[in-house]
Amino acid sequence: MADRTFEVRRLPGMAAIAITCFVILYAPIVTLVVYSFNAGSSVALWEGLSLRWYAVAWDNVAVQEAAIRSLVVAASAAAIATVLATLAALGTTRTGPFPGRMTIYTLINQPLMVPEIVTAVALLIFFAMIKVATGYTGLAYLIAAHAAFCVPFAYLPIRARLEGMDLSLERAAADLYATPFATFRHITLPLMAPGIVAGAMLAFVISLDDVVITEFVKSAGQDTLPTYMLGQLRRAISPEVNAISTALLALTVLLLTAFFFLNRKRN
Amino acid sequence: MARPSLRTRSPEEQAARSARIRASWLLSTPALILLTFAAFGPLLIVLAYSFVAPGEYSGVVWELSGQGWFEVLFTRDIFDDTVSLAQAHLSIFWRSASLSLLTTLITLIFGFPTAYFIATRPERQRPLWLFLITIPFWTNLLIRTFAIMEVIRNEGIVNTVLLNLGIIDQPLQMLYTYGSVLLGMAYVYLPLMVLPIYASMERFDFRLVEAGYDLYASRLDILRLIVLPIVKPGIVAGSILVFVPSLGAYVTPRVLGGGNNMMLGNLIELQFGQGRNWPLGAALSITLLIIVACALVFYVRAANREDPHG
Amino acid sequence: MQAPAPTDTTSPLPAIEARRVTKIFGEGDDAFQALDAVSLSIRENEFFTLLGPSGCGKTTLLRLIAGFEQPSAGHILLEGKNISNLPPYKRPVNTVFQSYALFPHLTVAQNIAFGLQRLGKPKAEVADTVERMLRLVKMEHLKDRRTSNISGGQQQRVALARALAPRPRVLLLDEPLSALDLKLRKEMQIELKRLQGETGITFIFVTHDQEEALTMSDRIAVMSEGKVLQVGGPREIYDRPADRFVASFIGDTNFLPAQVISTAGPRARLAVCGVEISAALPEGVEGPALTMALRPEQLRLEAAGAAGALQGVLKDTVYFGTDTHFHITLTDGTPLIARVQNARTAEHAFRVGEPIGARPQADALQALHD
Ligand SMILES: Nc1ncnc2c1ncn2[C@@H]1O[C@H](COP(=O)(O)OP(=O)(O)OP(=O)(O)O)[C@@H](O)[C@H]1O
Ligand SMILES: [Mg+2]
Repeated sequence: MADRTFEVRRLPGMAAIAITCFVILYAPIVTLVVYSFNAGSSVALWEGLSLRWYAVAWDNVAVQEAAIRSLVVAASAAAIATVLATLAALGTTRTGPFPGRMTIYTLINQPLMVPEIVTAVALLIFFAMIKVATGYTGLAYLIAAHAAFCVPFAYLPIRARLEGMDLSLERAAADLYATPFATFRHITLPLMAPGIVAGAMLAFVISLDDVVITEFVKSAGQDTLPTYMLGQLRRAISPEVNAISTALLALTVLLLTAFFFLNRKRN
Repeated sequence: MARPSLRTRSPEEQAARSARIRASWLLSTPALILLTFAAFGPLLIVLAYSFVAPGEYSGVVWELSGQGWFEVLFTRDIFDDTVSLAQAHLSIFWRSASLSLLTTLITLIFGFPTAYFIATRPERQRPLWLFLITIPFWTNLLIRTFAIMEVIRNEGIVNTVLLNLGIIDQPLQMLYTYGSVLLGMAYVYLPLMVLPIYASMERFDFRLVEAGYDLYASRLDILRLIVLPIVKPGIVAGSILVFVPSLGAYVTPRVLGGGNNMMLGNLIELQFGQGRNWPLGAALSITLLIIVACALVFYVRAANREDPHG
Repeated sequence: MQAPAPTDTTSPLPAIEARRVTKIFGEGDDAFQALDAVSLSIRENEFFTLLGPSGCGKTTLLRLIAGFEQPSAGHILLEGKNISNLPPYKRPVNTVFQSYALFPHLTVAQNIAFGLQRLGKPKAEVADTVERMLRLVKMEHLKDRRTSNISGGQQQRVALARALAPRPRVLLLDEPLSALDLKLRKEMQIELKRLQGETGITFIFVTHDQEEALTMSDRIAVMSEGKVLQVGGPREIYDRPADRFVASFIGDTNFLPAQVISTAGPRARLAVCGVEISAALPEGVEGPALTMALRPEQLRLEAAGAAGALQGVLKDTVYFGTDTHFHITLTDGTPLIARVQNARTAEHAFRVGEPIGARPQADALQALHD
């Protein structure tokens, strides 16, 4: 179909800049990953392949605790956000337009619009009040804060999935004697499941990546991996941080690849 | 057809309608409650804090005061009580604004060709290229900033290579400069520019380009008169998506800028850390929020104007 | 939840009755009246068709009967009971949706079993009924296929089987054949008729295809702009259209202006384009000026000048294979089309541009309500 002598889509320079762009995007990340396997303690001089820094990170109690905390917070926040986002998506798509729908959209997407640092400061102030009033300083603050900013990320794919779903399927179920609950259980839920999985995965990744809000909300000794790394950056850095970064990176890429193929199968 | 002048609902219609509305709100309520407590509710407290007096060590004293807002732009000399513009703050505002605008510009210059490139790949390759853009997009921002830091550090790979090649005889100080912050921000926010431009380019009908060439347009004409105007909504969206978080950036300037290249986000943090002036921090936060809101309103206006389909 | 019982007794009550049902969508300036005081009475075991142009409110009426919408005024009765307050899942009424609405994540057999399972039928009975339904719609060989992987005609039959399986009192069919090609559509028309006969279930069938309505229905309701204009058997609708809309919507019709000369009981003598003709006047139709409907096939062509025939000039002839249409302009300027079957031997002797006579058959002229 394409004309061999004159390619209409080609604009000179575009491909060159694009390739440069991909190189620039990946070069630092690749460097970081490569030097995490360096035997020496330099991040510039290559002294041979080794898993030394992974062992160092693995044996570091602070890293262990931060890693576990990160996973606990991300899993809890993603679970909460996904459940709430699923309910909200059902409420805003399955019942037709209603007064206030725009308001609900705006409120749910609000964390995407307010700069993180502002939310972080607001939560710092608010949670400080509660901490003083109740004396409780546990992980619940972090989980609540993470769940809140994960809600829009979980909501978007679930809502997209529901909007692509024919309303007449649920009508057909009701017509065939399914109560509203049975309709949900047998028709809506199975059909929206891929959206829920996608939403949960995005929420998990988003929570795992957060630095700013965690940095402000956490109580003493509640570092997650990213805030632990941020703290390390102030000191002399060793490839240990590269190793932690590479591990986190691998987890993210793994989840994204799963997401990519999940999407692909659906289309 | 008959247009009923009087509209009263039958009891059945009314019941069905209110049940529907009630269900919608009921289902959305749990999410709204969480967001109220852990997202937008506390913003109101910040607003309140910006109007009270600072406490001695931290926190606030609950009395009405314009001190916080006053200190956003002015300082009062401790000794002679004279009022002058807060130069430190002004230079941070200026740095935030210039860095954000430059970041947007640089990501646009690199992002547009990248999006164009992906959109013109054969259909089967496109998901893969897109995936290559999404990986950095979802990768932890701190990790990406850290990766840049390692490359440009004095002991980093760039300096080491240059030194070994004898091009320089002592490391270039690249880290902790205005330039390093700009580089880092452009690097971390680039995917945010590419994705929306690609989204509008994907729907672009390349037969229009053929029609353009058919009507004697040059390549530059094609870009200027056909491609750019049609993908403009994507460009506007991408610019907002880069500009807004740039303005509130915290991690990147902190890691790559050191103490001398603070941006608004770092200034805010300072008020809740060492500076301990919560009302000032609150006022600065609200200021940032207002600027972002203005940018978003501008965007919504522009988007509505651009999109002929409403 | 009530299980629909089989309809073996012929109850004297109508299966479905609509009493002055009105439906208004939206409010204020956007308010739109989709149904305007529709009253209908649909008998047990009847194949009843709602016929009308797009947007006349057919689907809206079905949705009200199924319970997806509530009437703005009026009531819907099922076998004499007001069902306005029952949700869809408590009404012994099933629908074959215009888009079929088959559950994409379930197999053909699971789709058919869905309603029975919701009614809490024992497993054995469900399996039994599903088998029977699969046989009824000739889909046994595909029972374990996902519904997204079968053809349009097959989907249509699964939708039908799914709706019939719980043995509803009334089956609602919303243009179930519109997505099928012509040949399949003709086959399915016969299938549907057969199924209705075999199951004895009341069918309410929606279509905007007049031919489909005429061939399949026991009775037809012709709708326009939210109103029911006429209800009757196919012959009655075709031969005695109540008004101009019905006459023009169903088949081809000539409209002729007429003046009443004299009336005698239900009959009147009329002047139609200078010719005196006797015709029956339906109740409520009064002179002096009337519009008469005349089907093109109820005219005989004659040489010009014969007494009692409409006189005009032949403007054009159009050949249609089985018959030929003669376009005539009458002496007063009214256009008239006559349809004459083509005989193999006789070649007609009328020439374009020359005078011609057209004689209506006895009682072929129908006076219309305005
Ligand atoms: N939910 C709704 N809100 C507003 N107007 C509606 C709604 N549903 C239907 N209408 C309007 O009511 C009128 C009748 O619609 P209906 O679907 O009953 O038509 P129909 O006779 O089934 O047409 P078709 O043959 O095209 O299916 C249409 O003008 C339609 O626009
Ligand atoms: Mg319809």
